Amino acid sequence: MAEPKVKYDRQLRIWGEQGQAALEKASICLLNCGPTGSETLKNLVLGGVGSITVVDGSKVEVGDLGNNFMVDESSVGESKAKCVCAFLQELNDVVKAKFIEDFPEELIETNPSFFSQFTLVIATQLVSDSMVKLDRICREANIILIFARSYGLMGFVRIGVKEHTVIESKPDHFLDDLRLNNPWPELTRFTETIDLNTTDAVVHKHTPYIIILVKIAEEWANTHGGNLPSTREEKRQFKDLIKSKMITIDEENYKEAMEASFKVFSPRGIGANLQKIIDDGGTEIDSNSSDFWVMVAALKEFIANEGGGETPLEGSIPDMTSSTELYVNLQKNYQAKAEADFLVMERRIGNLLKKIGRDPASISKTNIKSFSKNARKLAVCRYRLIEEEFNSPVQPELQKYLMDEDHGTAAGLYILLRAADRFAVNYNKFPGQFDGVMDEDISRLKTTAVGLLNDLGCNSSALSEDLINEMCRYGASELHAVAAFVGGVASQEVIKLITRQFIPMSGTFIFNGIDNKSQLLLL
Amino acid sequence: MKGRYKYSLSYLCCFLTGASILLKVEASRSTIRPQILLPLFVSPSRSSMADSASQSRSRDLDKLLLRSGNLVGPTFEPGTELRDALNEFVRVLVIGAGGLGCELLKDLAFSGFRNLEVIDMDRIEVTNLNRQFLFRLGDVGKPKAEVAAKRVMERVSGVDIKPHFCRIEDKPISFYNDFHIIVLGLDSVEARSYINSVACSFLEYDSDDNPREESIKPMVDGGTEGFKGHARIIMPGVTPCFECTIWLFPPQVKFPLCTLAETPRTAAHCIEYAHLIKWDEAHSGKTFDPDDPEHMQWVYSEAVKRAELFGIPGVTYSLTQGVVKNIIPAIASTNAIISAACALETLKVVSGCSKTLTNYLTYNGVEGLHTKVTEFVRDKDCLVCGPGVLIELETSVTLKKFIDLLEDHPKLLLTRVSVTYRGKNLYMQAPPVLEEMTRSNLDLPLFELVSKTPRDIVHVTGAAGKGDTKQSCSRKLRVVFKGMDVDMAGGA
Repeated sequence: MAEPKVKYDRQLRIWGEQGQAALEKASICLLNCGPTGSETLKNLVLGGVGSITVVDGSKVEVGDLGNNFMVDESSVGESKAKCVCAFLQELNDVVKAKFIEDFPEELIETNPSFFSQFTLVIATQLVSDSMVKLDRICREANIILIFARSYGLMGFVRIGVKEHTVIESKPDHFLDDLRLNNPWPELTRFTETIDLNTTDAVVHKHTPYIIILVKIAEEWANTHGGNLPSTREEKRQFKDLIKSKMITIDEENYKEAMEASFKVFSPRGIGANLQKIIDDGGTEIDSNSSDFWVMVAALKEFIANEGGGETPLEGSIPDMTSSTELYVNLQKNYQAKAEADFLVMERRIGNLLKKIGRDPASISKTNIKSFSKNARKLAVCRYRLIEEEFNSPVQPELQKYLMDEDHGTAAGLYILLRAADRFAVNYNKFPGQFDGVMDEDISRLKTTAVGLLNDLGCNSSALSEDLINEMCRYGASELHAVAAFVGGVASQEVIKLITRQFIPMSGTFIFNGIDNKSQLLLL
Repeated sequence: MKGRYKYSLSYLCCFLTGASILLKVEASRSTIRPQILLPLFVSPSRSSMADSASQSRSRDLDKLLLRSGNLVGPTFEPGTELRDALNEFVRVLVIGAGGLGCELLKDLAFSGFRNLEVIDMDRIEVTNLNRQFLFRLGDVGKPKAEVAAKRVMERVSGVDIKPHFCRIEDKPISFYNDFHIIVLGLDSVEARSYINSVACSFLEYDSDDNPREESIKPMVDGGTEGFKGHARIIMPGVTPCFECTIWLFPPQVKFPLCTLAETPRTAAHCIEYAHLIKWDEAHSGKTFDPDDPEHMQWVYSEAVKRAELFGIPGVTYSLTQGVVKNIIPAIASTNAIISAACALETLKVVSGCSKTLTNYLTYNGVEGLHTKVTEFVRDKDCLVCGPGVLIELETSVTLKKFIDLLEDHPKLLLTRVSVTYRGKNLYMQAPPVLEEMTRSNLDLPLFELVSKTPRDIVHVTGAAGKGDTKQSCSRKLRVVFKGMDVDMAGGA
């Protein structure tokens, strides 16, 4: 169908056909469809998720007309879930939309297996106790969960998943895989066919820097006991050596070589992040291991054997000043090596699968190719159970966050949100929810917050009076602009979780609408 | 209710860099400066009617606007008067009704603003539909501003949005002065530059080179690209303006001609060769139209041929479109985030109900989620928001001579200049009727035209830049007449 492709063009350029297919297969459950939930879902519906189920037991009130785009005058008194669902269906008729007029808290209490049918649950505006319960339910049923909440000028987003692995992390700035510090034999042989000292000026200025650097690095190593430059002085000398090969001052390729010389100095082998993942993977895989960890086990073997300490070659090279012929040939060299490495990986993966009793072809070529290409950029995200975070946050980190200038407000708001939930349990209302008892509520919230801080092992003076007042001022309001921001963040994380591309946020995101110094708290 | 309030004042508060600035902005459309204070314009009966209905409708916003707080702007005065002022009098202009604009209109409508206008010169396309949620398939081809305004007004009762289907340059400068705050949802550096120069042209300085508060036209600017975005507040004369920090926007990548013509290496090179070189060779005279599918198809086939010739992989139709049209990938979530930040800042700047962003927020959702606030500092010599380019003139210099001087002035290099002074057109290049009317001024001394004021601000618009990179812009000039007594007391 031509239509969907055109409509989704601008997003296909980000996550491609595979990402889009993953979105279109996903079934999403939204709990509570006030503005926070509605705005989150709106972004996903626009993006073409497979199906949505809106769960909310409340009716539309006049107050909702002031903060929710998906309800209007005619829907006052009607089921909010029904109205929001109808609006979303109209927004993108390809999405399958339904609603359930139930209170999420009740479902959590009485029907936990309800959630098992979904790919992902977006839980908005839940209080702490409900969050803890739902988190357990979804963790046990292996369903992706994300919490989002707006409260006055602050917001809260947190992913709840045991482990999320990413192959296509697509980071912004990642060093290319040129192996200038460790060229493989075929590459070296190819560079040997080029003479840097050619007298042909045109050829000289169209020799790509990859060749220049491989050759000069070899020349250096030969005169330095097989070592590459390591001290600052040596690096300077190396650059001077490159410069000395220039025959005119305007040779772009040599300038590029000098700028890229750091690639020769960078250490060989794999980086710390990848090492950690490999170590994390443990030594034993079994039939329950996910494809990702099976491939990591194969990667470990590859690195120790055929890779000689390196990952499979990524295979692409950046653009650089060069004659077309040399560039295209270089590219072919890199692609050939990447292909050869992929074949080794494929073989090793097949053997490992057999060993654990799985069909050796059960991981597709496409996935293995993607894994090999992205081996240096793998990511693993893990999230603590909410209950564990709530009961025993990482210390002294939490205390540090509270005292730190940049994190203080966000950390304070995090504590106050939880204190507000405790307050609600004790007094059956949120602090500041009703006019006329502000002073009393402020005082009670302060006591509650201090109690909470003590429970968490924090200094009770860590919260400013101003912030406590501010929290009461908010009175559990759900402001549209804040909900739209929080919803935007939550929807973006959902996309990353479902497409398995890009790296989802870690920890707890606190939106700080006071001065916009929002923060990720790793607790 | 359509009462005619002759004049009233809104207090706009903002808290920036430790100094508080109180802005008094006239809500009236007349040029006479008003002077009454809030809140007595609200008649009692209307107030009680309004309270019961609007109070419950603004159930959530009321918590911010009606309650006092400690983390607020320095002159924040909570109360129904403030809320009503936002509803009734504050006029907000949204520039752009696309990815950001749609979200902005919704967010602002739900942030207490009821008088909005939106300007956008584009029509709706199918590729907009993945994020510009106010548009449906059946709207394709219609003007964005008009459909967006209509949809929001349908769903949010009480809000009034006036659409303008035109280019931002088509509006007279005075149009922009009618708004208390301008919110930008643009996708080009040039458009931002233009609006920035317009807003800064209203800025006036006193004799100590301090900005006059009442002439400050605040702007909130947002931008997105894929998973990244920014939101910033611009207070001309106080925070850096767009030009002060133009270096934040790196120039667009242009491939060297010799690469395209002689040593292509990538698919993009082959595409740009077909687009920029081969097209003219094969269709001399005919302009390439990126929106014409036949033109695009032609470029694609030529790019494929060239790629095959050189053995370069990777030319696809999608890539061809992307390179030729400089398509920026875009998704709903980033637009939602940045617009929300902008709308929230707009609310805070206008009402003072909280502290404001100081002054630039960057957002990146590629790896995890990162937001950062940076406080950039003004360039005191900024051509746009600075005190103005000083031009010293003899009193005998004619308007025509003055205009000619601007073409050669090293800091200006303006051509096709139109000149305004205190809202009066001294000389207009267009439209023809206006040109004819003002042509006679060209022979008069500028000194006479400014009523013999020894030093004053003159606004000029024209085309700046060299060759074919000219951009329309607006500049502020501080004109000082030589040999006059520079004692300000004798002036206007």
